Amino acid sequence: MNQSQLPRISIRGLSKRFGEKVILDGVDLDIMPGRSTTVIGMSGTGKSVLIKCILGILKPDAGEILVDGENWLTLTEHEHLARMRRIGMLFQGAALFDSLPVWENVSFALLRQGVDKKTAKQRAIEVLEWVGLHKIEDLMPSELSGGMAKRVGLARTICHKPDIVFLDEPTTGLDPIMSDVINRLILRLHKDSGTTILSITHDMKSAAMISDQIALLCHGRVHRQIPSDQLDSDQDPMLRQLVEGRAEGPINCSGWGKQMEEAIQR
Amino acid sequence: MTSPLQAKSALTGPSVINMLTATGKVVEGLCIRLGLYAHTFARAVSRMSTRPWHLRMLLQQAEQVGVQSLPVVLLTALFTGMVLALQSYIVFHRFSAESLTGLVVSMSVVRELGPVLVGLMVAGRIGASFAAELGTMRVSEQIDALWTLSTDPVRYLIIPRLIAVTLMMPLLVIVADFVGIYGGYAISVHLLDQNPAVYIENTTQYMELSDFYSGLVKAAFFGLLIGIVGCTEGFNCKGGAEGVGIATTRAVVISCMSILIADYFLTAWMFG
Repeated sequence: MNQSQLPRISIRGLSKRFGEKVILDGVDLDIMPGRSTTVIGMSGTGKSVLIKCILGILKPDAGEILVDGENWLTLTEHEHLARMRRIGMLFQGAALFDSLPVWENVSFALLRQGVDKKTAKQRAIEVLEWVGLHKIEDLMPSELSGGMAKRVGLARTICHKPDIVFLDEPTTGLDPIMSDVINRLILRLHKDSGTTILSITHDMKSAAMISDQIALLCHGRVHRQIPSDQLDSDQDPMLRQLVEGRAEGPINCSGWGKQMEEAIQR
Repeated sequence: MTSPLQAKSALTGPSVINMLTATGKVVEGLCIRLGLYAHTFARAVSRMSTRPWHLRMLLQQAEQVGVQSLPVVLLTALFTGMVLALQSYIVFHRFSAESLTGLVVSMSVVRELGPVLVGLMVAGRIGASFAAELGTMRVSEQIDALWTLSTDPVRYLIIPRLIAVTLMMPLLVIVADFVGIYGGYAISVHLLDQNPAVYIENTTQYMELSDFYSGLVKAAFFGLLIGIVGCTEGFNCKGGAEGVGIATTRAVVISCMSILIADYFLTAWMFG
């Protein structure tokens, strides 16, 4: 097996619980280099927890996370931070630093790596233009709209040219037009630079548009993994229920879908 | 009259169990908080000797803690000195010892009231600000974002705040000491018609440098307490806006109580 066939990220038996509540229960997932994979699932199924475990923000209870063959769960804090230089992460709420202007937010990683201010600002302006934002580098995050903040977040994610990009709900809370803009930017990033992307979303249109592979996370495990072009044709009942957005179906095993239906009928 | 059997059942009844459970929860909560504070302190100290040092953040925090706290500290010190002079004069007048007013004002301000009152003011202002700022960063995922941008949040957020508040507290107390003593002088000389030369002589004659230093040692220690409590509460904040509110309140209350408790033990250790 040559290097390009090895998964960039390989997750084996990943488990995480908060108190009595089991969130991840033995997740197995491979993300190949240069591919865009999207994990879909209902709210609260542990999609964000999965990404946070990979990034070392949360410590899983069991399992293995191999990135290019190296187990990230055995790294020290210092080693983990050093690996983060290869990573870009777009947070759901953008998570921009309130006290820094836009350009310092975007070039934060470069400034921490010792790049001088002038070069870092120039690079920030270039990346801001790439995401379609002009002359906003000196504004503060509080002066931005939701869509602009998300694009600044995306600019910050890719400014230091990471090998792997994580996207946490990239289109949540945005209007349909801005969602399309963000999806197109992600697609462009993937096509232009061949960056490996792992995104999580429950926006099916976004999932179909930005990914090569789609994995359905349900009951703490990866229930199904398919190429994105099969999203509309795959007949798995759980996948169909999520794609079609129906309250009743196999995912609602707790019975709340039935209870809701009864309440509506009453 | 209660029979021995009834007494035994009352002792082991639900009220006793509830009381023991409640006490246990309080003790458990206290141990968890102390553990968290010790953990924050240990994480900060273990990183202090190696790069990167975020000097810009340190200067920003020093400005926020020191310069921006000056007005509230000056006002507190001035009026404390003035009230102290008035009260001392009234008491000493009863046995014709008014000349001791200056000494009592200066000793009280330098050894006790300066560091404690400045500590309480800074706990209210800076402890709350640390907890609210870091708590907001925690709930809006900004602290997680720092990690993903290859930046250690402890180095970037906690260490500059701890150093700034520990260094700036003694400086604020030096200013507060002078202003407090001046407040006492102004009231004694201009309102109570005491002789300025006698007032100054009595103030300086019996004061030792150790009185002054002991206040500064206390101030630095109180600063460290405020920093550790404020940063820990904010850094470990959970939930949304409510969580930030709880962290902020807790930071102020615990800092103030810690200052008063630590003051007793430091005084007993230094002057006991």
